[in-house]
Amino acid sequence: MRARFTDKAAPAVALIAATLLLGACAAEEDEPTRPAAEGSETASCHKDHLPLHEEGVLTIATDKPAFEPWFVDNDPTNGKGFESAVAYALAEEMGFTEDEVEWVVEPFNKSYAPGPKDYDFDINQISITEKREQAVDFSEGYYDVNQALVAKKGTPIADANSLDAVADYRLGAQVGTTSYAYITQYVQPGEQPFTYDTTNDAKSALNAGQIDGIVVDLPTAFYISAVEIPGSAVVGQFPTQGETEQFGLLFEEGNPLVDCVDEALARLRDDGTLADIQDRWLSQAVRAPVLE
Amino acid sequence: MLGDRRAALVSTASTVVFFTLVAVALALAPGSRAVAEDFFSWEAMKEAFSGTETTPSVAGAFLLNVRIFLVAEVLILVLALVIAVVRMTPGPVFAPLRLVAVAYTDLFRGIPLLLVVYVMGFGVPGLEIRGISDQSPVVLGGAALVLSYSAYVAEVYRAGIESVHESQVAAARSLGLSRRQSLRYVVLPQAVRRVIPPLLNDFISLQKDTALIAVLGPIEAARAASIYGADRFNYSSFVVAALLFVALTIPLARFTDGLVARDRRRRRGGALA
Repeated sequence: MRARFTDKAAPAVALIAATLLLGACAAEEDEPTRPAAEGSETASCHKDHLPLHEEGVLTIATDKPAFEPWFVDNDPTNGKGFESAVAYALAEEMGFTEDEVEWVVEPFNKSYAPGPKDYDFDINQISITEKREQAVDFSEGYYDVNQALVAKKGTPIADANSLDAVADYRLGAQVGTTSYAYITQYVQPGEQPFTYDTTNDAKSALNAGQIDGIVVDLPTAFYISAVEIPGSAVVGQFPTQGETEQFGLLFEEGNPLVDCVDEALARLRDDGTLADIQDRWLSQAVRAPVLE
Repeated sequence: MLGDRRAALVSTASTVVFFTLVAVALALAPGSRAVAEDFFSWEAMKEAFSGTETTPSVAGAFLLNVRIFLVAEVLILVLALVIAVVRMTPGPVFAPLRLVAVAYTDLFRGIPLLLVVYVMGFGVPGLEIRGISDQSPVVLGGAALVLSYSAYVAEVYRAGIESVHESQVAAARSLGLSRRQSLRYVVLPQAVRRVIPPLLNDFISLQKDTALIAVLGPIEAARAASIYGADRFNYSSFVVAALLFVALTIPLARFTDGLVARDRRRRRGGALA
């Protein structure tokens, strides 16, 4: 019954979907092929030789609103906040002046989907995962991250001290995030988790008492509890499961720019710049009890 | 007769040629294979339908849409009728009631449904009204649907009521029926029957808008599909959700067609009301 129905409907739906996608698909043809020149090191990474989205400009994407402590005042161009600072340090390392950095908006949920990108890279607390890597390319990680739980003070969940204890409550996270994946894979709560389009909606739901806790990355958790939701606190951070989760810069699949960015990133890590930026913007995120 | 056959031949031929051309154009499109894989993968569709370890079942989530729809539909039918009747109440004493009804329809038809959902879902709990504010997001979101759609449906009812000729009321009154009785036994039965097709139109729309409740957190079909899409980079899950919605709509449309046809037969048969 199901099969027969689908057989009949599929061509019609295919027609519509395919028509809409024709443009995008046609563009796929001239997708940049993977660079064969692996040996050419720093020389080809000179600013003038970089395969940029727009010549002479480093085009960087992030979501809007851009959340603290990753950005400050919803303005990626001010160099404030961890990711804005990293982006400008990286740009400088690659030989771009501040004026040669262009910011564009890329919604989080769209960022790691396959297809052409309108920027050189996206910096938006995007965790590197195997699945995402099938559709896009990532730089080396620039931040090791843990998931954490935010709840209202004085509610029962605020006293939870283990994964099992947390599983008894209503949890929420932004859809498509590793936070949501962590809930379903490792917390496995009794009640189906709630999903939101943005972290802001999750905060509203927590405020409204519709969920008991939000799962987000640790620095965001601290920012939410310290500034955004009065009377909330970081209950704890979740233990790392499997490989350490890392944020990476996101590139269009096959973009040869990744190698040069990785080189610059490595230099920033080696000379301590990355650690300095982290101390400056994410210092409070160091200590939080672990919910084993 | 010969002309008929010729017309049938031409229409068949042109249909075949048209769809062949479309199919060839699609097959030759550079991305057609990718689209087939990303949107119409049978394996992915099965997975999305029944759910995986990390993604909820689209079919299971669709039950939430159906439940919201069924409850909301009944409430809308009642609330909208009340609004429509209030709006058409004669007499100067009822002026404030009419004003409220007019204001209600203007307001809720004017506000984008998504905003009503947000205000109900995240705003109303802040009021801390016992019994209302502590309702689940599904209930609050459903209430938003009822508020908004009642405004539309009230106008559909009103159009139906106004389409009943005044002579019908005059005749009812002259038979000794009160104003209320003539509304109940003469005007409304005819009015409602006439507006069944437009009512259905609104309800199909309502079925689809149940997906908006996802912004408040509950996982319904469209959201379950997008979770699958985000997890696997395969969007066949959206096709699954789309087919489920269509599968719900089509029987409803045929049912209404049947209802209208039966009604027409009855009236032809002379059996009124």
